[in-house]
Order: sequence, then structure tokens, then C-alpha cells
Amino acid sequence: MATLTKARIVEKLFAKNMFTKSDCARIVDTLFDLVKKSLESGEDVLISGFGKFCVREKHQRRGRNPQTGEPMVLGSRKVVTFKCSGILRDAVNEEAG
Amino acid sequence: MTKSQLIEALAKAEGITLKAAETAVNVAFNSMEQALIRGDRLEIRGFGSFKVKDYDGYKGRNPKTGELIEVKSKKLPFFKVGKELKERVNGAEVKSTK
Repeated sequence: MATLTKARIVEKLFAKNMFTKSDCARIVDTLFDLVKKSLESGEDVLISGFGKFCVREKHQRRGRNPQTGEPMVLGSRKVVTFKCSGILRDAVNEEAG
Repeated sequence: MTKSQLIEALAKAEGITLKAAETAVNVAFNSMEQALIRGDRLEIRGFGSFKVKDYDGYKGRNPKTGELIEVKSKKLPFFKVGKELKERVNGAEVKSTK
């Protein structure tokens, strides 16, 4: 299975003939960094047609180490979740036929 | 933050026009969409990775009416948060208190 990486996105942007290769690399880095900064500040990121990245607060809870079965307390923390847009979800399922 | 706010922020951070920033944002997310539609994996270091997961169909019930319904099998993009982003949303305090 093929994997799309940042390098490939940089190539695609370079193919637009708008920026130099090194500018493309920096712009793509900045782009993802801005998304990360927004999530870091607790603000969701909504990309219409793609999906929504949400920051969710997890409460402290009791858990277990699945390997040893030893009980432990998992501290409260934040997690990032992704909700796929309806457009993308339909497109992904259409390909299957 | 919405896509248009991301475009504005990118234009400002990189000192490029809004039009140029819009192209960059569209190229990035369009190629991500296309990859997922093809069923490819996608991995952005420090941010996270996506892959399309297959979900089997199952017989469920409408929780309101109790009516039996058939839920068809489906595919959904699944996002796994990257290590750097996971740590950043939690600030410095990445403790696992025992």
C-alpha cells in the first residue's frame, strides 16, 4: 500500500510552479505547524471537505496495564480526535463500489 | 480555526499572498483526500497518520424505537495522532501518574 508523506505534498506544491523547492518545503512545514499550534491552544481545526480535528479533555480514570494487569491511575489529559467530513466519507466509500 | 483562517495565518507567517497560501492549503488537503480515496496510507511526521479502516456491517437497533436495523459495512478514515502533537496538546506535563 502506498503512503503519502510530506515530501510528496511538497512535490505537488512545487509542480504548481509558484514557489522554489525550498520555499515549498518550508510552507508545508508551516502549514502543519499552524494546525498543531491551534490544537495546542485547545482550538479545534475545521477543514471543510476534509474533516475536523478536535481537542477533547479526558478525565482522570482508573485503568490497568494490559500487560501485567497491574491497576494504575491514568491522569487527566487532552487528546486529539478526527471527525471525517461527510463529503470525504462518501468519496472513500464510493471507491469501493 | 477554519480553512480560511488557516490560509490567512499561513499567508501572514510566510509573507505570501492569500492566493498563494490558498493554493498551498488546497494542494495539501486535496492530496490527503485523494490518498485516502485511493485507500492509501498517509503519514505526516509530528502530526499524525491516517489510514482507511474497514468496518463490518452489523445488526443494530434504533435506540429510540428499539427497531431492528441493518448497519452496512463501511470504510472510514482513521487518524492516529503523532507523538509530537500528542505531547504538545498536553503542554509540558506528560505525566502518567501511577
